[in-house]
Amino acid sequence: MHIVVCIKQVPDTKIIKVNPKTNTLDRSSAPAILNPYDAHAVEEAVRLRDQHGGKVTVLSMGPPQAVNAIKKCIEIGADEGVLISDRSFAGADTLATSYALTKAIEKIQKSEPISLVLCGKHAIDGDTGQVGPGIARRMTIPPITNVLQIEKVDLNESKVEIRRKIENGYEIIESQMPCLLTVEKEINEVSYSPLPNMIKAARYQPTVWAVKDLDDVDMSQLGMKGSPTIVGKMWPPAKSEGAKRIEGDAKSQVKQLVLIVLEKRELFEQKGGR
Amino acid sequence: MNFEDYRGIWVFIEIKDGKVAPVSLELLGAGRELADKRKSQLAGLLIGDGVEEYVQTLYEYGADTVYVYDDPLFNHYRTESFMRAVFDCCEKHKPEVLLYGATANGKDLASAVATDLPTGLTADTTILDIEEDTGLLLASRPAFGGNIMATILCKKYRPQMATVRPKVMKALTPQEGRSGELVRETVDLKEDDIRTKVLEIVRETTKKSSIDEADIIVAGGKGLGSKAGFELIHQFAQVIGAAVGGSRDVVEAGWIPHQNQVGQTGLTVTPKIYFAIGISGAIQHIVGMQNSGLIIAINKDPDAPIFQTCHYGIVGDAHEVVPLLIKAFEKALDRRVSHV
Ligand SMILES: Cc1cc2nc3c(=O)[nH]c(=O)nc-3n(C[C@H](O)[C@H](O)[C@H](O)COP(=O)(O)OP(=O)(O)OC[C@H]3O[C@@H](n4cnc5c(N)ncnc54)[C@H](O)[C@@H]3O)c2cc1C
Ligand SMILES: Cc1cc2nc3c(=O)[nH]c(=O)nc-3n(C[C@H](O)[C@H](O)[C@H](O)COP(=O)(O)OP(=O)(O)OC[C@H]3O[C@@H](n4cnc5c(N)ncnc54)[C@H](O)[C@@H]3O)c2cc1C
Repeated sequence: MHIVVCIKQVPDTKIIKVNPKTNTLDRSSAPAILNPYDAHAVEEAVRLRDQHGGKVTVLSMGPPQAVNAIKKCIEIGADEGVLISDRSFAGADTLATSYALTKAIEKIQKSEPISLVLCGKHAIDGDTGQVGPGIARRMTIPPITNVLQIEKVDLNESKVEIRRKIENGYEIIESQMPCLLTVEKEINEVSYSPLPNMIKAARYQPTVWAVKDLDDVDMSQLGMKGSPTIVGKMWPPAKSEGAKRIEGDAKSQVKQLVLIVLEKRELFEQKGGR
Repeated sequence: MNFEDYRGIWVFIEIKDGKVAPVSLELLGAGRELADKRKSQLAGLLIGDGVEEYVQTLYEYGADTVYVYDDPLFNHYRTESFMRAVFDCCEKHKPEVLLYGATANGKDLASAVATDLPTGLTADTTILDIEEDTGLLLASRPAFGGNIMATILCKKYRPQMATVRPKVMKALTPQEGRSGELVRETVDLKEDDIRTKVLEIVRETTKKSSIDEADIIVAGGKGLGSKAGFELIHQFAQVIGAAVGGSRDVVEAGWIPHQNQVGQTGLTVTPKIYFAIGISGAIQHIVGMQNSGLIIAINKDPDAPIFQTCHYGIVGDAHEVVPLLIKAFEKALDRRVSHV
């Protein structure tokens, strides 16, 4: 089976800083990494390939440096990588991103049909989780989000059984293949890369396509032009302004606090006294 | 696209455990405000199998109109069937705004519908507003792991769509007997057209922890000193009927199980009240609780970063303040707990 995994290079949001003057993110303050959820998606694809045979191709849209994220996936065990990189992709929202990635997938599947497309649950920078389902709709294959486990793959019947996370539990879904899955981090543990993979990755040069290398592209659907949403104002999340110190000795502090909290009295009354 | 044709604020209604999901009621509350500002109507979009019984509830919580798709096809949530109904309904009745709860299914559905329409979709909104004259939706959301807030706009497409985090908006007090208009709709879709089947649904009743649903959370950190010191947190939580949470460091120390960890590698919670006691307020903790309604911090270090995020702060020793709090709340709420 041929599995395509969409992967994104992201700034490490644990470290990133906000520039207090411009209220924008200072991307140079954080190293660029492979989106952690995508590492799980690649790991899962590699495991499926090892079980059922086939091939794993990773696909990313991003600036030229994103080849590093692709190399990371080769370390995990992916067979091939494709980067689509072009100025006309810049400023894409999720709709334009799913369009560009779908155009690349269409080209990839011309040489080899695809059984599954895997994505991460979300990218830790944009944080929307919208790109995966978007690609599925464009490819007209079923999207299955929040995947906890792939229970069964039946290549003869072209079907998969998926454990999908829902609020307070999970559901088992059967889907025809090809389909698109977005994976949770619980799906697997990303194992340490064996040495041969590391060596392969160090030398690996992914295929890079510009927009002219893709077929039947409607330029008006790409990048900023093809994006219905725009990012308006940005600001760091509310800090200090709301923070009021409660002064006084411990007794009086507690007294004041109780009054503040009991303004939300209804929260306590529902539960009833004992 | 003629913007004049697009009128009304809609909310996608989710049914959970035989009830209208709380987030849907919250969105009706938020949607009512937007609709009033635009002097337009508020509608619920209800999809399911045998769901008409919920319509009255939706009126009482603010809906003027409810569009209903009632069919065995919609017995369980599936992207392919539900999106067809939402898509058709948007094409037919043209809402100006459509809101969904940012739940697993709400996000899944919204992403699919936005792609097919196509239109813009703002994810995980926590602040909503609308321009009275233009109808431009101002949907603001945290991004980059909570490091920044951004207002997302969709100027050239209608409907404008957003998923909205649970527990951020406020439901209205229901108005008993309030009524509205019921509009029954159908889709031209057969079971064979759908490529997925739900084979089984498993509710994990042995709830690992209820902290992601609690209205009040008392969370403790390393500042409690020891597992024995952390007992104060359990006692306080019991008195006020709260769930217990904690920082990663106390989980690693084995004071509480991992299911109760709040933060980047634990749970993201949005209770109405969050107590952070003896928690320093590292960014990895903050991203998991910053959208709580009322955040109260108790820490002995006046410069602890948690004081940047909380609404009210007490600089003090937890071992002194918390026992006093327990007493005060026992009295105020007329409750007693067994001190073990
Ligand atoms: C502050 C801010 C807020 C934003 N808010 C919104 C918003 O509300 N709505 C909106 O439509 N756009 C929004 N965007 C734009 C959005 O971040 C970009 O469209 C981005 O390209 C993809 O979205 P994401 O990071 O949320 O990806 P997600 O949808 O979270 O990513 C899910 C998965 O899709 C795949 N994927 C995503 N991007 C790529 C890629 N470039 N290459 C390969 N695979 C990929 C990966 O498998 C990933 O795990 C926002 C951008 C900023 C800066
Ligand atoms: C990749 C990564 C992921 C992480 N994920 C998470 C996560 O999900 N959740 C999380 O919480 N952390 C997470 N962390 C850890 C985080 O960085 C902090 O180390 C952690 O939150 C600190 O826990 P703490 O506040 O309990 O302890 P400390 O930082 O040790 O703070 C203790 C606080 O208690 C105060 N104090 C001491 N004595 C008293 C007293 N008697 N009375 C009152 N106050 C007192 C001190 O002034 C101090 O502010 C993560 C870290 C990394 C690197």
